[in-house]
Amino acid sequence: MRGWLIVAVIAVMVVLHQDNWLWANRTLVFGFLPAGLAYHAGYSLLAALAMWLLVKLAWPHELVADLERRGDG
Amino acid sequence: MLPTIIVGVYLAIVLYIGIFAFRRGKAASSEDYFLASRSLGPWVFLLSLFGTNMTAFAILGSSGMAYQRGIGVYGLMASSSSLIIPLTILIVGTRLWALGKRFGHMTQVQYLRDRWQCNVLGTALFVLTAAMLVPYIVIGVMGGGEVMEALSMRDVAVVKNGVTSTVREPLIGYSLGGAIVALVVMSYVFFGGMRGTAWVNSFQTILFLCFGSIAFIFISKSLGGFDAIMQKMSVDPKLGSLLQRQPRIGKEEFFSYMFIPLSAIMFPHIAIMCMTAEKIGHFKKTVIAYPLCIMAIWLPSVFLGVIAASQFPGLSEGQANDVILRMLQTHTPTLMAGILGAGIMACVMASDSQILALGTMFTQDIVVHYTKGADGKSRLADSTVAWTGRLFVVAIGVVSWLVAVALKDKEGIFELAIRFAFTGFAALAPVMIAALFWKRSTATAAFMAVVWVAATMIGTWVLQSHSDAFAPKPGQAPVAIFQSLGGMFLRGPKTVTIFGYLPVMPMCLGSALIMVIGSLITKPPAQHIIDKYFPPKPTPGAVAA
Repeated sequence: MRGWLIVAVIAVMVVLHQDNWLWANRTLVFGFLPAGLAYHAGYSLLAALAMWLLVKLAWPHELVADLERRGDG
Repeated sequence: MLPTIIVGVYLAIVLYIGIFAFRRGKAASSEDYFLASRSLGPWVFLLSLFGTNMTAFAILGSSGMAYQRGIGVYGLMASSSSLIIPLTILIVGTRLWALGKRFGHMTQVQYLRDRWQCNVLGTALFVLTAAMLVPYIVIGVMGGGEVMEALSMRDVAVVKNGVTSTVREPLIGYSLGGAIVALVVMSYVFFGGMRGTAWVNSFQTILFLCFGSIAFIFISKSLGGFDAIMQKMSVDPKLGSLLQRQPRIGKEEFFSYMFIPLSAIMFPHIAIMCMTAEKIGHFKKTVIAYPLCIMAIWLPSVFLGVIAASQFPGLSEGQANDVILRMLQTHTPTLMAGILGAGIMACVMASDSQILALGTMFTQDIVVHYTKGADGKSRLADSTVAWTGRLFVVAIGVVSWLVAVALKDKEGIFELAIRFAFTGFAALAPVMIAALFWKRSTATAAFMAVVWVAATMIGTWVLQSHSDAFAPKPGQAPVAIFQSLGGMFLRGPKTVTIFGYLPVMPMCLGSALIMVIGSLITKPPAQHIIDKYFPPKPTPGAVAA
């Protein structure tokens, strides 16, 4: 399940990165921020959220367990 | 004069931090010198890992590129990195940390050499990696010399034929500035090792994380806000296209740029830094905060680079790299310009961890490896290993400065080499991923992938040099390098592309394919090696017993 979650998050994020619909859009968000730049700033925030999700649901617990078993943890 | 004094104070603080760290460490231990005894706390780990990966390009280069290519630069380089880099730290970095803790590895080469029981592979990887790292160190010294020269400019009265005139001259010239920066970096890396470098990096990261926001606020205040400028730019026939991606960035180029951040985890200084965390839990804060840190630096830099196009129109490509300095000098008070200049210096001095990484690799992958006795341990005393690393750091510092002075006007060569290095490190990522996650992967396949990466880098370099003579100007359409092959190899203003995609994409895919096919057709690794690196998971019953 963990591996699939990582693959799914990567796939969704890669698709979202290709915002072709904003390629020729120069609308200003909040009166000063170009739409394409605002979108990718939002993308960075979403990336932080995706990392939080992966840390919560796909953290490699077995690495710590393995070290603890060997007395190195 | 004031900016020079501020930068001087900054360099003194940095030196103090490094030497203070030296006093806290166990000076004689090689693990302490190279890895800070694997004891970095969560915040120092986050800040130093992030700072290690940010170079002068994050502020100077990104704004210069945004000046020329518009807002798309953020999506091209920053937002893709905000996903891929923390992801690789989570997936690969945590495993490198655990393996280092278990088997005592200090470098990627040590791990890969042992994982596949292959000396030749390790040495080939060392040579390739070191060759790709050296340009960074040289360009760091060059950048230091240039920033010192630019910040120390003053008016000097000159009398010629009885007539007095004023000329602008630097108080500290390029060679001296480069020497000062190299000496400071060399000193704290020499004394403080990884602990000193990590603390200095943390301090520098805080400085340049604040840099963007402070510059944004001051420049906005000076210009009376950005709304009017942006509205004017959006209807300007020439500048309006900077607020969108069409036609300055192609969709194929935009997509293939997503492969570049794969390089991060293959950079020796990043991989080695991953082994310095005290606990695996320290990675959690790092991977979550990483995208936010990228945004804090890149968003204001790209935005101000675009704004600069309306303030200083018509700059050449070389001049565009200074736009952020021009904006600061024009729109901020002298004191603030000096403080922000120190922030830029913090970025320029990111070569410290690369110098230490090269020293670590040389001592561990070459000196320690080739002095091993029958018991598998080096015949050299541990303190001798640490001092070898220190002396190597001094040698790299001196040689880098000599090269930087001798090739002052050839900066373009090193900048090109760095672009190639990003591609090369990214194309090596499948080798590391196969080593960590695929039991069946073999040394022969890994060696073939390394040869593929080296050969394709040389091939791209040849294509680049061959097409320099007819490269199109910025804004012009790419041209076919070989007419008979149509659009297969295209030459843009700066780079060669393959069907419009950057070479990094076919190189990465090729490297992954070679790993898969090469592993399947060659003899699998010995069972005891598989058991060592992929221990069977204990069953619940066995744990209870």
